Amino acid sequence: MNALYSLLFVFLLVLIPLFGVDAAHMRTFFGVCVPTTAFIIFLIGFVYKVIIWGRSAVPFRIPTTGGQFRSYDPELFKQNKLDCPQTGAQTFFRMALEVLAFRSLFRNTRVSLYQGKDYPVVAYKSSKWLWVFAITFHYSFFIIALRHLRLFLEPVPFFVNGLDFVDGLLQIGAPVMYLTNVGLVLGVLLLLGRRLVLPRINYISYVSDYFPLFLILAIALSGIYMRYYAKVDVIAIKELTMGLVTFSYTVPETIAAPFFVHVFLVSCLMVYFPFSKLMHMPGVFLSPTRNLPNDTRAKHHVNPWNDPNIKAHAYADYEKQFGVPMAEAGLPLDNPENGKAPAEEEA
Amino acid sequence: MKMQYGFPIIVGLAIFIGLLTAPFAVGTMTKTYKQPELKLPANEKKCIESTEFMRTEHMQLLNEWRDWALRDGKRIYTNHEGKEFVISLQNTCMKCHNNKADFCDKCHDDAGVSPYCWDCHIQPEGLK
Amino acid sequence: MSDIPKADELFKSIDYNPPTTGWMETPVDFSPGHWCYPAKPEKIEYMDSKLPGLWGPAREWLPSNDDWKLPPNWKEIVVNGFRERLKKFRTLQVYMDICVRCGACADKCHYFIGSGDPKNMPVLRAELMRSVYRGEFTLAGKILGNLTGSRVMEEDVLKEWFIYFYQCTQCRRCSLYCPYGIDTAEMTMMARELMHLVGLNTNWIMEPVANCNITGNHLGIQPHAFKDIVDFMVDDIEEVTGRKVKAPLNEHGHEILFITPSGDVFADPGIYTFMGYLLLFDYLDLDYTLSTYASEGGNFGSFTNNEVMKKLNAKMYAEAERLGCKWILGGECGHMWRVVHQYMDTMNGENQWSGMTTPKSPITGTVFETSAATKMLHITEFTSDLIKHNKLKLDPSRNDHLRVTFHDSCNPARGMGLLEEPRYVLKHVCNNYFEMPEGTTREQTFCCAGGAGLNTDEIMEIRLRGGLPRGNALRYVQEKHGVNLMACICAIDRATLIPLADYWAPGVGISGVHELVANALVLEEGEVRTMDMRQEPLPGFEDEDDDWTPPNMEDA
Repeated sequence: MNALYSLLFVFLLVLIPLFGVDAAHMRTFFGVCVPTTAFIIFLIGFVYKVIIWGRSAVPFRIPTTGGQFRSYDPELFKQNKLDCPQTGAQTFFRMALEVLAFRSLFRNTRVSLYQGKDYPVVAYKSSKWLWVFAITFHYSFFIIALRHLRLFLEPVPFFVNGLDFVDGLLQIGAPVMYLTNVGLVLGVLLLLGRRLVLPRINYISYVSDYFPLFLILAIALSGIYMRYYAKVDVIAIKELTMGLVTFSYTVPETIAAPFFVHVFLVSCLMVYFPFSKLMHMPGVFLSPTRNLPNDTRAKHHVNPWNDPNIKAHAYADYEKQFGVPMAEAGLPLDNPENGKAPAEEEA
Repeated sequence: MKMQYGFPIIVGLAIFIGLLTAPFAVGTMTKTYKQPELKLPANEKKCIESTEFMRTEHMQLLNEWRDWALRDGKRIYTNHEGKEFVISLQNTCMKCHNNKADFCDKCHDDAGVSPYCWDCHIQPEGLK
Repeated sequence: MSDIPKADELFKSIDYNPPTTGWMETPVDFSPGHWCYPAKPEKIEYMDSKLPGLWGPAREWLPSNDDWKLPPNWKEIVVNGFRERLKKFRTLQVYMDICVRCGACADKCHYFIGSGDPKNMPVLRAELMRSVYRGEFTLAGKILGNLTGSRVMEEDVLKEWFIYFYQCTQCRRCSLYCPYGIDTAEMTMMARELMHLVGLNTNWIMEPVANCNITGNHLGIQPHAFKDIVDFMVDDIEEVTGRKVKAPLNEHGHEILFITPSGDVFADPGIYTFMGYLLLFDYLDLDYTLSTYASEGGNFGSFTNNEVMKKLNAKMYAEAERLGCKWILGGECGHMWRVVHQYMDTMNGENQWSGMTTPKSPITGTVFETSAATKMLHITEFTSDLIKHNKLKLDPSRNDHLRVTFHDSCNPARGMGLLEEPRYVLKHVCNNYFEMPEGTTREQTFCCAGGAGLNTDEIMEIRLRGGLPRGNALRYVQEKHGVNLMACICAIDRATLIPLADYWAPGVGISGVHELVANALVLEEGEVRTMDMRQEPLPGFEDEDDDWTPPNMEDA
C-alpha cells in the first residue's frame, strides 16, 4: 500500500513538467527556475540540518568497539585498529572504510531457526546481499552524478572523460551503454524488491521509504530514455546547464520534454533530500559510535554540560548513619564519635 | 555558535559545498557558454539524411553501418529518400566532413563524448 | 517459572513473520509477565530527595491497570524533555534523523531472535521514539503524518515505550551492524530518562539505585554485614586452601582500591570469583583495600539517567581520595566497565585527587598507559600481565574436570574492546578451552538477556526468549565439546546465565574467570588441593569428602 502511494506520487511528479512544458509552455520555469530553487533549498537545508546536528553536544565518547582494543601489551594482544581505533588516524580509517566500503553492512548476518538432530538450532549465516545492493546503488549513483559534470564544466575535465570511458568500457550499442546506468536501475530495483518481498522489511517501510526509491528510479529511467531513445540534443542541454552555472540563463528551443521531466524529478530529489532519511549521507560522518576513538580511559574528554553539583553521597554521612555497627564490627572510622551509640535514644 | 568537534564538521561542510558549487565558480570565471559552431562542408549542402536525423541518430547509423559492412558484407545504404550511398566512413562521410577537429570534435568535446571510431580507422587530418 | 513453556515448545512458537496489522495499530500486551514491577514509592521519594526533579510522582501503580497515575502535564514534560535531550546528545539527534530502515539490525537483537515480536527489532524499537520525534519536532512529519511514520505523543505511545524500552538490555549488538552506527542503547537510555521524568520506573532498578547511594552496594548490605560476608569467605578460602587470606576493608594508606560488583559478594557463583580475587591478592601480597562505602562496581544509575550514573560513579574517586589510594582496580563486571571505560573520566575525572597515578602493577612494574586518564584497571588486564611475566605459579590441571567456554559480556566487548585478556587468562588456568561458534562471540557476542536492569524474575519468559541465541550457542559447544562451564566477566551474567543455561543448555555451570584462576593458583611449592573453590572434590579426591565436617562446625 505504502509502495503504491509512492509510485502514484512519483507518477504525478512526472506529469507536472509534461503538462507544464507541453501545454503551458513554461519552459523557462521548468528549465531554470525549478532546478535553481531546488538547488538552493538543497544547499540551505543540508547545511541547516548538519549545523543542528553539530550544535547538539557530544557528552560522552561511546564508540561501538568492533574488535580488540589497544592493550597494555599490543604485541601480545593485537589491536584491531580499524574496528576499534584508539587514535585519530585510526578513527579516520575506520570512518573511511565505513563511508567508502560500508564496512558495518559488510558484517551482516542472517539468522535462521531449524530443528537439529537432537536440539533446536539458531544459525547465523553471512549475508552480503544488502551490502552488494547498497554498494551497487550508491557507487552507480555517485559516478553518474560525477559524469553529469560534463554538462556543467567547459572544458570537460579529464576525470569526467575518464569516467565516461571506463563506464562505457563494454562498448555495447551506440550511444554506448554505461555500466552505472545498469547498476543504478538494478540497485534501485533490488532495494525496492527487498522492501516489497521480505516480510520484515516490508513491515517497517513507510511511504517515505518507497518514495525516494521510486523517485530515483524515475530519474534513472528518464535519463536513460533521453540518452538511448529520445536522443535529446545534448549540446543544447549543455547550453542550458552552462547557463545555470554562469548565471546567463537560456532555454534553447531544441530541448525536448523528457529533459524537463528529468530535471524536475532531480529537483524534487534535491528538495526532498534535506528533510528526509536521505540525510544519512552526511549523518554517517557524525555518528558518535563510529567517529570517535576508543580512548576515554586514556584521555580526558569534556562533557560541555557536565553538572559539577552532582556529588557522591558523602562518606561522612555514610559513617554517621552506620558508624555504630561499623565500630562493633571493627571497621575503621574516620570520626570515632560516629561509633558511639546515641545516648538519648532510650530516654 | 558553539559546536563540539565543530572544526571537522565545518571543514567537511565547506568541502562539500565547495565541490557542489565549484561549477558556478569555474563557470563565472570563464565566459558564457555558446553552442559550438560547426564548419560545414563547403561543396555539399545535403548530408545522406536530414540534419535532424543526423544530429540525433548519427551514432546509431555509424554503428549499424559498421555491422552491415563488416559483419554482413552489405555495402549499400538506402536513405529515406531512396538514394543510395556506399557504406564507408572514410569514403562517404569523410569525403565531405574531412576535418575531425572542426566537425566531430566540436560537439563531442563539449559533451564529453569520445567515440571509438578511431580505434580502427585512420584519423583524418586536423586531429591536433 | 511454572507457566513458562518447555524449551522445545518455546522454540517452536517463534515466528518471524510480522502480524497483519501495522505496528502502530498492533496493540501492546500489558498482562503480567510483560513488565517489571514499578518502583516502591519510598525508593522514588528517597532518590527525589537526593536528585530532585528527575523522578515524577512517587506512587503505587501497576502497568496492567488502565490508569498509570501519570502527572497531569506528563505530555509537556516528555516532549520538553525530549527536546532538551536532542540538544544534549548528538547521538539522539542524529539517530532520530538518519535511519533508513534498511533492516540490517532486525535479526541482530536477542529479544527479536527469541520472540519474533517485530517491536523487538532494533529499528522498530527506535521507531517508537522516532515516530514521535517526527510527529512533534519535524515539519515533514507534522504535515505528512502517517506517510512518514509520524505520530504525536499519546498515553498509548508512552505505555508502549515502557514495555519495549524495558525489553532492551543496551547490549549494542545492533549498533555494530548498523551502517550508520545507530545505537539502540542510546535510544533506550533516553527513553528511560524521559519515562523517569513522569514516574515510569521499575523497582528492580530503582531499589538498587537507592541502595547503592545509601549503603554503597545495590543489595543494601550494610557495612558490618558486608564485613561478615567477607570474613565468611575468608574462612571458606581457608577451607579450600589452608591459607588465611587478608581482606582489608576501609583501610587508609593502601596503594590500590579494589572495587567489584557487589553481586559477587552476595550470590553464588559470584562469591567464588570474589574468593578468587582475595586469594590472588593475598598470594601477591598486594597493597590494597576493599571499601564498604564504594562496594558496588556496577552502576545502576546507567539504567536510569545520566545524573544518577554520575552520582553513583562519583563514589569511586571519592573513596580513593578518602583512603589515599593511588589507583583503582576493578573486578569482573559488564556495565560497570562500560561506565568506567566510556563515561567515568568524563563525568568525574575532575574529582580525582592529586595523588592518583596511572595504574602500575607493583608486581611486574607494567605501567598501564591505556588507563592513564581514568586510573582504573580491569582485573583481567592486571592478571594477564602477571601471567605474561610468569608471576603466578599455575596448575591448570586442577581445572581438568571442567570443559570451559567463554561468554563475552556485551559491555566489555562492544563498549570497551576487552576480548583477548580474559581469554589469555583462561587459557593459562585451564586445559580444556573451547570457543562458541563464530557470530556469537567477541564483538558479535549475545547478551545474557538480563542486563540493563532486566535481571528480574517477573519477566522470566522474556529473558529466556532473549537468552535463546546465547543458550543455543552454549548448547552447541556442550554437544560438540562436552563443555560444562561457561566463564564470564560480568556479575549480572553470573546471575542471569544460570537460569538461561538451565533452560537452553542444562548441565552447564557458570563461573567468573578468577574463580578458575584461584583453582589453578599454586600458593606454595607442592601444594595439593582436594577441592575446588566451590568445595567440590577434585577428581581423585571424591572419597575423602564423605564424612568430612567443616572445621568451624566442629564445636557446634
